[in-house]
Amino acid sequence: MKLVLGEEQRQLQESVRSFLGSASPLRKAREGYDPQVYARLNGELGLSGLIIPEEYGGAGAGLTELSVALEETGAALLPGPFLATAFAAIALTATPDKELLSGIADGRLAATLGLPTGDLPACDGTSVSGRLAQVLSGMEADVLVTPATAADGGAVMVAVELTAPGVTRTALDALDITRGQAEIVLDGAPCRVLGARRDDGVMDRVCVALAAEQLGVMRAALDAIVAYAKIRVAFGRYIGSYQGVKHKLADMHNKLEQAESIVRYAAWAADEAPDELPEAAALAQAYIGRACFEVARDHLLLYGGIGYTWEHDAHLFYKRAKADEVLLGPPRIHRARLAELLEL
Amino acid sequence: MNLADYRRAARAWLEENAPHDDPPGTDAISRAKEFMAKLYDAGYSGITWPAQWGGQGLTQAEERAFAAEARDYTLPTYVFSIGLGMTGPTLVDRGTDAQRERFVRPLLRGEEIWCQLFSEPGAGSDVASLQTKAERDGDHWVINGQKVWTSVAHHADWGLLLARTDVEVPKHKGLTMFVVDMHHPGVTVRPLKDMSGRSNFNEIYFDNVIIPDEHRVGEVNDGWSVAVTTLLHERLSISAGVGMGGSKDHPASVEALRRVLDTSDPLVRDQLVELHIRSRALALFNQRLSQETKAGIFPGARGSGAKLLLAELTLFQADLATQLVGPETALADHPLAQALSMAPGMALGGGTNEIMRNIVGDRVLGLPPEPRVDKNVPFKDLKVGTQA
Repeated sequence: MKLVLGEEQRQLQESVRSFLGSASPLRKAREGYDPQVYARLNGELGLSGLIIPEEYGGAGAGLTELSVALEETGAALLPGPFLATAFAAIALTATPDKELLSGIADGRLAATLGLPTGDLPACDGTSVSGRLAQVLSGMEADVLVTPATAADGGAVMVAVELTAPGVTRTALDALDITRGQAEIVLDGAPCRVLGARRDDGVMDRVCVALAAEQLGVMRAALDAIVAYAKIRVAFGRYIGSYQGVKHKLADMHNKLEQAESIVRYAAWAADEAPDELPEAAALAQAYIGRACFEVARDHLLLYGGIGYTWEHDAHLFYKRAKADEVLLGPPRIHRARLAELLEL
Repeated sequence: MNLADYRRAARAWLEENAPHDDPPGTDAISRAKEFMAKLYDAGYSGITWPAQWGGQGLTQAEERAFAAEARDYTLPTYVFSIGLGMTGPTLVDRGTDAQRERFVRPLLRGEEIWCQLFSEPGAGSDVASLQTKAERDGDHWVINGQKVWTSVAHHADWGLLLARTDVEVPKHKGLTMFVVDMHHPGVTVRPLKDMSGRSNFNEIYFDNVIIPDEHRVGEVNDGWSVAVTTLLHERLSISAGVGMGGSKDHPASVEALRRVLDTSDPLVRDQLVELHIRSRALALFNQRLSQETKAGIFPGARGSGAKLLLAELTLFQADLATQLVGPETALADHPLAQALSMAPGMALGGGTNEIMRNIVGDRVLGLPPEPRVDKNVPFKDLKVGTQA
């Protein structure tokens, strides 16, 4: 088991962190998707191709490296389809498609993964119909990868170009103003069948990828409020010197320490120990979804009144944390999965 | 010898010499001493300690290799743990050559047992407010006062004692460190019965106990800096042991509880899931700290965070388990009743949860310290202990 980053992973972390620090500082988070930032992120740093196999033009790296990148995009509250594209890339590595994988790897394509909650869209082999109520980054993505029901009743993975006829996209008014969602209605939209939908750890990897973003969100929220506690004065003292504040921050730090340990473990399991992945992935979402929201909430509260204003960034973390916590379904599903895996 | 060979040799030695069972009996201390002597003679006691004073003069790498092998055994080294973990390293760091020559080798070989005498009834978290007096009388010192929470004192030959030598100066500036002979007739050791009914520590009374000046450690009134050295070693030895093994045998573990509970009840199942999540989160954090240490990243005060989490988990776990199992846990000899009685110990020993949060806040997060009202006040004018 490896819970500490290696030298190359630390370099990746440092380069993504310093790039985003200048190209996508927090004040840009509420301006929305900036394709120019993505062009550099994918071009200079090659992030979109990180986990895509080398034969499709990617770097062939693992979830450990992807987690490092997602932690930083999470910390920056990077707007746009980075996480959505990572989800789609994870799904596509299980049902590979040369055109899509190489398009994502070289940054030409942004993609998203359908996470239907009710009936799957119906696919007749060349076109697909159905409604996806909430698709992450659905307005920014070029391609939707989604499970669908084939004519023979089996489940398949299909790819749909989102500018094709038969596709209606409606931007939703999302709680998280830094990253959008869309309703997508498919009415005989042309699609390509990628293969049978297989239960081979795709959703587990999606859980781990999301947990990595959440780790970044909570880290950045904690860093921000710790910095503020060192400069804000009340009753003649820095507020960070009061135990009422200090002890809360210490508890938040402990949540962060445990969250980082779990993300490293789950990413290692995804790369090196597939037997341990299901439990590690469920643990990651069950622990970090909650921890991230609690840290974001307490960081907002510790700012006092200023943290409740629209102009302040605190609510961006609070809302991203909540949006992430419920992104893959009501959080109890992760606890139920853990119970099942532990054979309780 | 390269590290792999060292480790192989250590494994072979342990397999040959480590006790496979530990029969209860009155001669436990003499058997522990016999084992310690064998351990020392084989070169596995004081692995990183200076060779000049009786250590092996090797590196952390060898020590870690031995510790990794020793993890599979239960070595009877508990009575030596204060000496090996705290007082011994303090003497190596701050003692005189004569003190190192006299004390270190017998300590490492288990010939002499040590205890640490800092805390007092009126000075726990704020140990620098202690009141035990040391008064100079020619070439020796006279000690009067009381210490408390002293592990292994009833077996100890020597104690590392922090006492007040000047009440006219602020509290940190009037303390001096000594080595005290625990067999002196003025020393009275009384076992303290804790809330679990066990007696693992003691209170100690000093009634005109004499200490020769050559047993003073560090300068007069510079005892606080010596104590800081000891406390640093204490935290290292506690956090190094945090979360290591044994959890599966714990009566409040998920493994133990699932055997006695109806897990078809979704409420029971979800509470066990919560316990699993918290246990795994802390176990993985401890493993990460240990991997970081091996990679040369020193955990420092972050170990206090791990200790805080262990204390919280211990309390949560015993509380939850008694709720899940029900009325039978209200009987004193039920294992979960015992676990419940022992649980607060982890949150108090080695620093309370509040002190741990202060440490994480101050030293890990770099938050501003609290203003101190006692810093520049002469000790004699300071309120200490419990005031009505």
